[in-house]
Amino acid sequence: MRPYRVLVVDDEPDFLETLVRRLERREIPARGAASGKEALAVLETEPCDVMILDVKMPGMDGLEVLRVVKTRWPAVEVILLTGHASVESGIQGMELGAFDYVMKPCKLADLIPKVEQAYERKLLRERAGPP
Amino acid sequence: MDKDYSLLRLKLIAVTLGFSLIPLFLVGTSLYVQFDRAYSARVKETLRTVAEDRRHALDLFFDERISQLTTLAYTHTLDELVRSSVLQDLFELIQRRSKYYVDLGVIDQNGDHLAYAGPYPLLGVNYREAPWFQSVMQRGVHISDVFLGVRKVPHFVIAVLRWEGARCWVLRATINTDLFESMVRAAQVGKGGEAYLVNEKNILQTASRFHGQVLTEAPTPNLARFRGTRLLDEELPRGRMLMAATWLRNVPWMLVVLEDPREELLPILETRSLALGLMVLSICAVVGGTVFVVRLVIAQLVESDRQKAALDANLLQTSKMAALGRLAAGIAHEINNPLAVIQEKAGWIHDLLEEEDVQASENFREFAEAVGKIEQHVDRARKVTHRLLGFARRMEPVRQPVDVNRLVEETLQFLENEALHRNIRIHVERDPSAPEVVSDGAQLQQVLLNILNNAIDAVGRDGQVWVTTQFDPAAREVRVQVADSGPGIPSEILGKIFDPFFTTKKLGSGTGLGLSICHSILTNLGGRIEAANRAEGGAVFTVSVPVNDLRA
Repeated sequence: MRPYRVLVVDDEPDFLETLVRRLERREIPARGAASGKEALAVLETEPCDVMILDVKMPGMDGLEVLRVVKTRWPAVEVILLTGHASVESGIQGMELGAFDYVMKPCKLADLIPKVEQAYERKLLRERAGPP
Repeated sequence: MDKDYSLLRLKLIAVTLGFSLIPLFLVGTSLYVQFDRAYSARVKETLRTVAEDRRHALDLFFDERISQLTTLAYTHTLDELVRSSVLQDLFELIQRRSKYYVDLGVIDQNGDHLAYAGPYPLLGVNYREAPWFQSVMQRGVHISDVFLGVRKVPHFVIAVLRWEGARCWVLRATINTDLFESMVRAAQVGKGGEAYLVNEKNILQTASRFHGQVLTEAPTPNLARFRGTRLLDEELPRGRMLMAATWLRNVPWMLVVLEDPREELLPILETRSLALGLMVLSICAVVGGTVFVVRLVIAQLVESDRQKAALDANLLQTSKMAALGRLAAGIAHEINNPLAVIQEKAGWIHDLLEEEDVQASENFREFAEAVGKIEQHVDRARKVTHRLLGFARRMEPVRQPVDVNRLVEETLQFLENEALHRNIRIHVERDPSAPEVVSDGAQLQQVLLNILNNAIDAVGRDGQVWVTTQFDPAAREVRVQVADSGPGIPSEILGKIFDPFFTTKKLGSGTGLGLSICHSILTNLGGRIEAANRAEGGAVFTVSVPVNDLRA
């Protein structure tokens, strides 16, 4: 098992469930949340290192969730997942502190290295001291 | 469209001509009429003056003759004069001064010719019954009409009566008209003018220049005696004539002066032709100018309408593309989510297939192949949707890393078939040292596509196109050169080819916006586009794109 925890947030249950299962199969401890609210609720109780966050969701959208996460749990690294090639939301997400953004559909083989890099950055920042 | 323009052209020409020609006609005609009136009045006045001058001269002539004879009669007695030598002496004396007199005679109250000085044997003739004798006995003075007499020479007679106590006698003189005629003729004007005298019966008393001999009827109308001078317009056998008529004071004769108006009014006719000529010239100038200006205006209008239409078409195209872009983005997004699910599910199956017990299954290879195909086709669909999103993004300028060499290669793929079909060889020479540039790949591709298309159009068939990429480290620019073996760009339009709406393609086949859009795209991206002719023939377009990396 890898030493970090991943939280996947997506409103598409089929996608969410499968991605979580595939990550776990690769020995990455992962958990799913079907909405932004659920994700924030999960963070209240369970610590998490990397968050894979869909931008376009009903209710609270990905950028809003990102904003809350970056204020309350600034240590959490976020990778944005978007079905829309909207560059603005990507750039906006990066400005809000997201680690990277990835376009759907994305191969797991491309996604996992980004998760690893994100965790590495988290470790580096923690070592440098609290922000 | 063309019909609208020609109708407008006709209207413009008609209105302009109306407003220019009507005043021209009014001014020309009124000036001419005014001049004509003034000149005619002057001609008539001159004629009146000539006629009156002549009448005065003639009146004076007759006054002189009468007073001469009266003086003679009252300075001599009948007895003196009857002695023939006295009358002869007197005759010679007055002959010496004036050549008018043909003879002198003395007649007593019974009509007997008592004395005579002159060339004819008239002594002893009795005039008691002659009308002139009766007239002079009654009135004291008589001037006869002209008659031919026995000599067949036109002459007339002046007779004066003298009372000597209870008896009376008459002094009579015959006067030749030839000298006197020259006085009348002095009133003739020009080649067609004439002057003559008529008596109360309208019989010519002097010869008419054109209308017959003495004692024939005059062609002019017979006018009853009046005071002053009359001016008339008369239709004569020779044509229309201006006529001045005035009666003499002492003699019942009327002086007629005729003038040819065609001759006298020649200046006005000349003026009329001049005015007409000027008018025709002015009309030509006005018509020519109007047609020229209207043509210019219409051409301007057609041009601006064409530009407007092209602009409208371009705007329409832009909004169409924007709508299409939004639609494409929406579709791509909606498809991407299910694709992601399919991919994850296929990936999950793939993961599961790696487990040992499944690998033992006899259909394992079939499963693995099917899942591989699913993943492969999801990937293919993903490329389609990403391309759709790329197309949508073309509407908005983006900054992304662009590999110019790859961009050239991709763009050429679009044109390969066309080039093959036209037997055009495309040579590509890439500079491997060219770094990625930060720019808008889609827009750069549009520019490359445009100039490559132009190059192929310029070559037509059976030729070559060279595409070269080049990195200039000093300027930190990547350049793409597109050269062709076509006819090149005429030097006079080389400076204009990037202007909006400038096109060499025939009307309707190009908006003339292509190169101007290329130009503005490159300006926006901080680069530039240049056109030149190659020394060996053909045109060369150079697109320069700044590298724009973070170091710069």
